[in-house]
Amino acid sequence: MHEFAIASSVLDAVRTEAQLRPGMRVSRIGLRIGDLAGLDPDALSFCFEALTKETDLESVALEIERKPRRQRCSRCANEFVVLNYETSCPECGEESTVFLGGDELELAYLEMEDV
Amino acid sequence: MTQIPLERKVLNENDRIAVDLRARFAQHGILCLNLVSSPGAGKTSLLERTLEAFTPTQRVSVLTGDIQTDNDAIRLARFGFPVRQITTGGTCHLDARMIEKAIADWNLTNLDVLLIENVGNLVCPSSYDLGEAAKIVVLSVTEGEDKPLKYPAMFFRSKLLILNKIDLLPYVPFSIAMARENAQKVHPGMEIIEVSCLTGEGLPKWQAWLENKIASSAKTMAAT
Repeated sequence: MHEFAIASSVLDAVRTEAQLRPGMRVSRIGLRIGDLAGLDPDALSFCFEALTKETDLESVALEIERKPRRQRCSRCANEFVVLNYETSCPECGEESTVFLGGDELELAYLEMEDV
Repeated sequence: MTQIPLERKVLNENDRIAVDLRARFAQHGILCLNLVSSPGAGKTSLLERTLEAFTPTQRVSVLTGDIQTDNDAIRLARFGFPVRQITTGGTCHLDARMIEKAIADWNLTNLDVLLIENVGNLVCPSSYDLGEAAKIVVLSVTEGEDKPLKYPAMFFRSKLLILNKIDLLPYVPFSIAMARENAQKVHPGMEIIEVSCLTGEGLPKWQAWLENKIASSAKTMAAT
């Protein structure tokens, strides 16, 4: 359970970014979390609410985009989403495939409004 | 309303410190390994057997993380190598800043190997880069062979899997073949070594793996 630590890192990052844009306030935060990031989005949302309650960021919405694991085939270059831990290429059956993504823990965007 | 794309990592600050630590380790030819596992899988036992096998002239240090107590540091200090306990006081993982702080007064020129024992937890430590050359995940045969599927992040991010307590295989329903297959599903090509820290079986393979990594760290420094 490190969602509190992660939520608090998200808020630190958001406050840093918001300070660069005076006269505006944050209305929505877009996060991107990969299936391999080892994070529970529900727990993260819960921690986010708890940490923002009665603060300047209380009314901010948190939007979490999940990213599945993606691989690229070393033989036919097919790019695919991994289902059921199957990392072999679904097109040609090649076992050797390269990891493309799915472990993201990223702040994708902020939505801001004029105050 | 304006949407501002940021496209930055949430753990920027941790990663910045980890990059700095990794550069310092490389500059001094230090091999840094980060041992992770669930509580009780045998990280401390593996470290005991590892320290026991080093010669006293080898320049090895250990950082050991726990939420409370310095029991592990006391266990590990018996072997004569410097050991420092990091007590997190509640935090379920080590982060790069804790490592930076713990080694702040060390002279890194006197060090070849830094072994970090993370807090026992198969989830949270996977998110935090400590500047290590590799994470090593320890899984014991009493835990169930589906752990790699249940905790994919940790097995995906670890270079080596140590399957520990194989002396208990006659007594527990654990399939080594299934555990290996599950690890390979999450992390194709993952290296796996089976050991018993109690009987010593398999430990020479682990020691050979380690010596090989120590030698390449030293060589990398010599080349720069």
